[in-house]
Amino acid sequence: MNDYHQTFTILIAEDDSDDCVLVQTAFQQADMVHNLFCVPDGNELLNFLRHQANYADPARAPKPDLVLLDLNMPRMDGRQALAEMKADPGLRSIPVVVLSNSSLQEDILRTYDLGGAGFIIKPPTLEGMVEVVNVLKQYWFEVVKLAESDHVKIGTGSRS
Amino acid sequence: MFNNAKLVTFLIAEDDPDDRLLINEAFQESLVSNSVFFVEDGVELMDYLNRQGKYADPAVAPTPDLILLDLNMPRKDGREALAEIKSDPRLRYIPVVVLTTSKAEEDILRSYDIGAASYITKPVTFDGLVEAIKGFKQYWVQIVCLPNFDMVNE
Repeated sequence: MNDYHQTFTILIAEDDSDDCVLVQTAFQQADMVHNLFCVPDGNELLNFLRHQANYADPARAPKPDLVLLDLNMPRMDGRQALAEMKADPGLRSIPVVVLSNSSLQEDILRTYDLGGAGFIIKPPTLEGMVEVVNVLKQYWFEVVKLAESDHVKIGTGSRS
Repeated sequence: MFNNAKLVTFLIAEDDPDDRLLINEAFQESLVSNSVFFVEDGVELMDYLNRQGKYADPAVAPTPDLILLDLNMPRKDGREALAEIKSDPRLRYIPVVVLTTSKAEEDILRSYDIGAASYITKPVTFDGLVEAIKGFKQYWVQIVCLPNFDMVNE
């Protein structure tokens, strides 16, 4: 359990701005201190993670604790972005959860094959998204131990 | 939500008999039906997954939807077994969640680095374990789609 308080950083790669707002709203309703960033495609996701192009300033692009990844996006889709993240020793310890409209068996299988840490079919309503976000929050930020990010954690609690 | 109708098969690699008992009980506490199989070390885990030795019969060793893996085990430890699973194209899409007493930052980072889907530190109390497994199952059984092994293997 993460028995210490910290601000979690979540990075969402999602080309549909309505869906991005939906996820943001759901996180706002969850009782959790968090930073949430949204990028519109796989290229921007990798630029954010690698501090390239618009994201050269690390303060504007902190290392996320969790990436929520859409699959079907322009320029670079989620499948390729996931493959690139997992092939990069500096990025592959960041858990990536796919959040997609796809329910294709091929997409599910490929996500796990590439190293995804979950495949969630996007709920169409805010109510459904709130439920998903609550479970995400509880699992990833209360049950699971994440690898230390390089940004400053607040408080140390009883970690040994 | 999504996987309610499906029976999820968990394979748990854990060398400590007391922990096996506690984990099994914690799994029974939750409402979702599922089947839980245990192996006692990394060698047995790989035999199970590769259907070797006493696991030759698929009925005895159904392909798991998810593996819960202890790190410190005799004969072959969890780190080694995880690396083998994730480098085998026939096995690597099975999500592996580490469940261990180790809180060492090195173990956490290394587990994610070699492909663990997540890392859980074993809570010291039974209530804590029940809570953790409840959160684990809410995520992996209720909201996540796991790969459909029937389509893959048969």
